[in-house]
Amino acid sequence: MAATEQPPSPVGFGRHKRKEDPRFVRGQGTYVDDVRLPGMLHGAILRSPLAHARITSIDTSAALQHPQVHAVITGKDLEELGLAWMPTLSADTQAVLATDKVRFQGQEVAFVVADTHYAARDALELIDVDYEPLPVVVDPRKALDADAPVIRDDKEGVTGNHIFDWDAGNEEEWNKVASDADVVVVTQEIPFQRVHPAPLETCGSVADFDKVTGKLRLWSTTQAPHAHRTLYAMVAGLPEHKVQVISPDIGGGFGNKVPIYPGYVCSIVGSIVTGRPVKWMEDRTENLTSTGFARDYLMKGQIAADRDGRIRGLRVDVLADHGAFNATAQPSKYPAGFFHIFTGSYDLEAAYCTVKGVYTNKAPGGVAYRCSFRVTEAAYLVERMVDLLADELEIDPAELRLKNFIKPEQFPYQNKTGWTYDSGDYPATMREAMRIAGYDELRREQAEKRRRGELMGIGVSFFTETVGAGPRKHMDIAGLGMADGAELRVHPTGKATLRISVQTQGQGHETTFAQIVSEELGLPVEDIEVVHGDTDQTPFGLGTYGSRSTPVSGAATAQVARKIREKARLIAGAMLEVSPDDLEWERGRFHVKGDPEKGASIQDIALASHGTVELPEGVEGHLDAETVYDPPNLTFPYGAYICVVDVDPGTGEIKLRRFVAVDDCGTRINEMIVEGQIMGGLAEGVGIALMQHIAFDEQGNCLSGSFMDYLVPSSLEVPDWELGATYTPSPHHPIGAKGVGESSNVGAPPAVVNAIVDALEPYGVTHIDMPVTPARVWEAMNSNPSPPPTPESPRTEPPQ
Amino acid sequence: MQINLTLNDEQVSAEAEPRTLLVHFLRDNLGLTGTHWGCDTSNCGACVVLLDGEPVKSCTVLAAMADGHEVRTVEGLEKDGRLDPVQQGFMEEHGLQCGFCTPGMMLTARALLDRNPDPTDDEIKEAISGQICRCTGYKNIVNSIRWAATHGEEVTA
Repeated sequence: MAATEQPPSPVGFGRHKRKEDPRFVRGQGTYVDDVRLPGMLHGAILRSPLAHARITSIDTSAALQHPQVHAVITGKDLEELGLAWMPTLSADTQAVLATDKVRFQGQEVAFVVADTHYAARDALELIDVDYEPLPVVVDPRKALDADAPVIRDDKEGVTGNHIFDWDAGNEEEWNKVASDADVVVVTQEIPFQRVHPAPLETCGSVADFDKVTGKLRLWSTTQAPHAHRTLYAMVAGLPEHKVQVISPDIGGGFGNKVPIYPGYVCSIVGSIVTGRPVKWMEDRTENLTSTGFARDYLMKGQIAADRDGRIRGLRVDVLADHGAFNATAQPSKYPAGFFHIFTGSYDLEAAYCTVKGVYTNKAPGGVAYRCSFRVTEAAYLVERMVDLLADELEIDPAELRLKNFIKPEQFPYQNKTGWTYDSGDYPATMREAMRIAGYDELRREQAEKRRRGELMGIGVSFFTETVGAGPRKHMDIAGLGMADGAELRVHPTGKATLRISVQTQGQGHETTFAQIVSEELGLPVEDIEVVHGDTDQTPFGLGTYGSRSTPVSGAATAQVARKIREKARLIAGAMLEVSPDDLEWERGRFHVKGDPEKGASIQDIALASHGTVELPEGVEGHLDAETVYDPPNLTFPYGAYICVVDVDPGTGEIKLRRFVAVDDCGTRINEMIVEGQIMGGLAEGVGIALMQHIAFDEQGNCLSGSFMDYLVPSSLEVPDWELGATYTPSPHHPIGAKGVGESSNVGAPPAVVNAIVDALEPYGVTHIDMPVTPARVWEAMNSNPSPPPTPESPRTEPPQ
Repeated sequence: MQINLTLNDEQVSAEAEPRTLLVHFLRDNLGLTGTHWGCDTSNCGACVVLLDGEPVKSCTVLAAMADGHEVRTVEGLEKDGRLDPVQQGFMEEHGLQCGFCTPGMMLTARALLDRNPDPTDDEIKEAISGQICRCTGYKNIVNSIRWAATHGEEVTA
């Protein structure tokens, strides 16, 4: 099959300028909010001000009297349609509009449809809801207490807030290693705080239901239009062939736009009820407080090693806060996603993890925020634990990693929790990062600065991701297998149209996928149009998240192009009156072996395939092909990151001085786009490490409902990224590409935190929780009983 | 109320409620959707336009306040079929991914280069620091603006 062919050069197919850009730099992109249909109305959602309360009454009469209001929809109305509840991506249910209770602050209670966006918002003020407040559970550690209020009393037989228990690896093996008298076991509680992907475009939809034809068109901010279409059809009983989901230009997704949100469903119902198109766009507060959050894992790690630094085992126990509805996006088999990749890049004797999921009175979600499912949590855990171990054993953290890496000759490598890593040369990548950073020199500089009382930290992280989900027998979303289709049509004049199932939210698919076809067929990139994001126009597939576009759809694209090439060979044989076996492929052309002058270009062949040339038996006319790619395995991109920070001993202020990132994502189709993806993920990773946090008070009020409270990095908080690369192709991918969009967001947080902890070593600090704010740094410096070693860094007053 | 303004060098006039924000006036009343709306709180800068040549966040300006003034949006950057060097720079240096922050970033860049044709990287970072990009990590945006500063008048469409 495809993988047996010689992979192309891993350094890629050229830094081609993006085909998407001409429309974007002119302001001519079409995002969901840019869609305007004749007669279109506007919807707005009334949300709960309380985190847990029983709804005793909803009075919509005043809102209905508003002259510009066309409809007010409540949970009771939806109940009559059987739509008050919808399934989540984790086989749970979620209220579309609350009927019995509200279970988190910001939950959807009513939907108003009006002439304008402003009028719809005005009418929300006219709806009168009576709530009877109930006790609130915010802390997941209290969710399982005997006296904790039961959040999901809507579910039959549910008497508590427990969702699931899951484990992976082998506990007995871990116990054996951990009880070995010669090993050192280091234990640390490591929370990964609740964060939100916060794409710059919020979520929204425009629904247009045609009563006559029964056709529903839905423009929607979705990363997975096909999966959404199928789910709408299943839930609402709509015939699937009459549902068209269009995902136009999307202003960033980062996992936030994978789930189906109540607002999408409300816009559909609104259009059915009013007979007119209905647009719903949430505002930023709605986005941050009600749509898919990420992380929120309380992890306890234990790492076991011999005194000489040989790491032998790792155990982690997780308490996972899933919010009020279990809406985590991941394959059904894996309630904790791919968390069991927590053994990271190391060759261990024993590994075991447990994950316990609980309900709390917080927004649902648990999306894979710029990472494969729960891989960021796993990478952060193992990379912090290795640094804690390095500290305990007084071994340099880079050296400790080099000593314990899976060796290049061990690939394909089967880890202790069931993953088969495809390829890697970890030491080479680590050494490249150390070379770029000037690691030894940095350590010398640090030693010198410490003597002067200056706080400089060097943080190392090495991550392995598992992306490109995945083999369909193991991986699904809501029962739909993760295999993706591709269709390629070479037109008579030699121009081509590629139709793919995945959807760009900024990754540049229109460029890179055209480059793949160009590489395979020799057509100019400009002659290849990539169609995506419209279920009426593209083959079925599960969409873009978990860095799966290149590993899955990129493979489908190479595969379908190779099908075309093989068909072209047969047609060229007929054109040149030779056996197809006597033809040799050169880029864009077949020629007769031994007679390079005698040949036919792919364009000639395309024309002939549509023309009158007599085709060989069994060969149909035209130059079209389609395929469905079922990945044989996931891909395992990895990288070595080194972060350098300076910490102000007086204020705790952190300055990110340098950040070196060496990524190995196999073949790089377009190095420019790959580097862009890496830098973007680094910025988000730095943001998560230093500032991003969706916080709540004890009453369940969300304290991070705007960009004034939920801080994301600006141009002033990020360093000048220093990138490097190694190239280790995936052996099972047709072009050796592994996917890269999320790697840096996985690798960056531990590098930053490790650097800060390293800077604070003179204070005896071994761990600090994210987000590492100056206040937390100051507290860490000043709460430790052991004083700093030099008079130059005295204890200080807290920063203002 | 009737609002009259000079938009991308042309006189326009449209009816709007007095409370209408400039961002909604541009998008909904005038149909220019290149100006985006991202946060409501003046933090993200997706809505930046130039008001009398100065960058403003149009989610925090009433349309009525633009009455009688000059507004430039992303749609007005290209002139006579020639892209502004800033637009070209963003394409050359991969300064955009999803494209949602791009119009605001480019208008801020245009205003910066109008008053400081050769800014340092720090001056560029400072200029765009009130705007959020979630995709690029900013480095390529800085490079894009530097490209525009360096290439200036050479650019053709």
